[in-house]
Amino acid sequence: MKISTFFYTIKQGFVNLFRNKWYTLASVATIAACLFLFGVFYAIIANFTHIVKNVEEGVSITVFFVEGTTDERMEEIGKLIAGRSEVADLNFVSDEQAWEDYQQDYFGDKVDEFIAGYPTNPLEGFDNYEVYLSDVSKQADLIAFIESIEGVDFVRREDGVAETLSGFNLLLSYVSLGIIGILLAVSVFLISNTVTIGISVRKEEINIMKYIGATDFFVRAPFVIEGVMIGLVGASIPLVIIYNMYSVVLEYVVGNFEMLSQLLDFLSVAALFEFLLPISLIVGVGIGFIGSYSTVRKHLHV
Amino acid sequence: MTRRERKKLQREEFVRENGLICLENVSKSYSTGSPALNGVSLSIKPGEFVFIVGDSGSGKSTLIRLLLRELIATSGNVWVKGHNLNKLRHREIPKFRRNLGIVFQDFRLLNDRNVYENVAFAQRVVQVPGREIRRNVPSILATVGLAGKYKAKTKQLSGGEQQRVALARALVNRPSILLADEPTGNLDPKNSWEIMKLLEEINESGTTVVVVTHNREIVNAMQKRVITMRKGVIISDEEGGIYIDED
Repeated sequence: MKISTFFYTIKQGFVNLFRNKWYTLASVATIAACLFLFGVFYAIIANFTHIVKNVEEGVSITVFFVEGTTDERMEEIGKLIAGRSEVADLNFVSDEQAWEDYQQDYFGDKVDEFIAGYPTNPLEGFDNYEVYLSDVSKQADLIAFIESIEGVDFVRREDGVAETLSGFNLLLSYVSLGIIGILLAVSVFLISNTVTIGISVRKEEINIMKYIGATDFFVRAPFVIEGVMIGLVGASIPLVIIYNMYSVVLEYVVGNFEMLSQLLDFLSVAALFEFLLPISLIVGVGIGFIGSYSTVRKHLHV
Repeated sequence: MTRRERKKLQREEFVRENGLICLENVSKSYSTGSPALNGVSLSIKPGEFVFIVGDSGSGKSTLIRLLLRELIATSGNVWVKGHNLNKLRHREIPKFRRNLGIVFQDFRLLNDRNVYENVAFAQRVVQVPGREIRRNVPSILATVGLAGKYKAKTKQLSGGEQQRVALARALVNRPSILLADEPTGNLDPKNSWEIMKLLEEINESGTTVVVVTHNREIVNAMQKRVITMRKGVIISDEEGGIYIDED
């Protein structure tokens, strides 16, 4: 392609944007509305997932050893457990440490008063591993594995929490996938209609170009550039709105509901946009590209 | 000699022997009804001026669309400038069409652009450099008598002037063949004659001109080759012919 043709094509793409102002506005508004809804749902779902994930990460199981297990064997067992993919973190708690923790948790300020009743460590022989999971739904598999290791006496678990959390997370994933799927289908339908109307206005121009001897590329390129620009602008508008809206809401919640913000860990704007920004731009540009490319294609066989 | 040069020579030889436009027993049927063209054969030599006449449904428009390679013949062969259009691949069509100039009854101009832009558009489409466009467009506008109106929007022009813009657009890429489908259909007699005079001048400069028309007065006055079609077949093909009525 000649350089002059390249610049002409780019220029025509931009000229088309302004030449068909109402069509451009309608297309930008359609993409912006769909991606705004997508962004809002994503922000809600991402926060839920983040909160659930935080709670999940706090769920642990405790591994106790058969009486008389040597320190070396405990270390070996620790390595075996740490090697599992579902394990996020592993802490060794000696029986002395366990007794100290117990005293702090249950005796509080009256340690000296209560400790008199325990001349020796009542938790002696209760060395253990605290195992934190990366995925709570795999707790049962991990426990089965740990219980099969020689030297392991028993494993204390928190079945109720694990099942509730993984069930809730699964439900949330299905609901979010469903909502996002419906939103994308609606936006593709709306955008396809808008592009079809825009193209039908310029069907005559495409026909003339084809009769004169324009290649498919030459006919298609300005429309595709126009579609991509519409997608880009259409994606940028909701991103700016959501950025400002989310910052305000987050600030309001943290400022006015201290209890809630301490209990739940909300995503920061930066963390939210780490995924939302590229995905919105890709979806916007992608819809603009595919919408214009495929719709022009139907009119090229002249 | 390269393969491309050999093919070009073969096409030139074909044109010398069979004409610039050559139809061999061509039929075209649509999904319903009787065939639009039925066993049509004809040959048009380089530099000829030919009228194709006939009533509605006689097959004239189908013939033009076959020559543009907008349609493909159901049977038989259509040759234009040595290209067998039945065998032309989709990606070869744009280059082939650059040999043709086309003018329609309804002008088909881009009404959101001015006269200059409409003509320059035809050169842009075939990727002519900007410097050449700036030289060629005023020259062709002068040929059709619109040099002074290059800035005017097409909607501000009369029917005759709009058809001149369409002619300038069809000619600016110097096609070997000019196809005119009812070029005077929307014009008054005065403008019709002016357009026909222009077509004659274009033909005298070497371009082969094929005009589909209903205009009996013009056909009878111009004394050119007249091909008369009826119900998809050629019923008469005469040099210096006249418009033959249905009955």
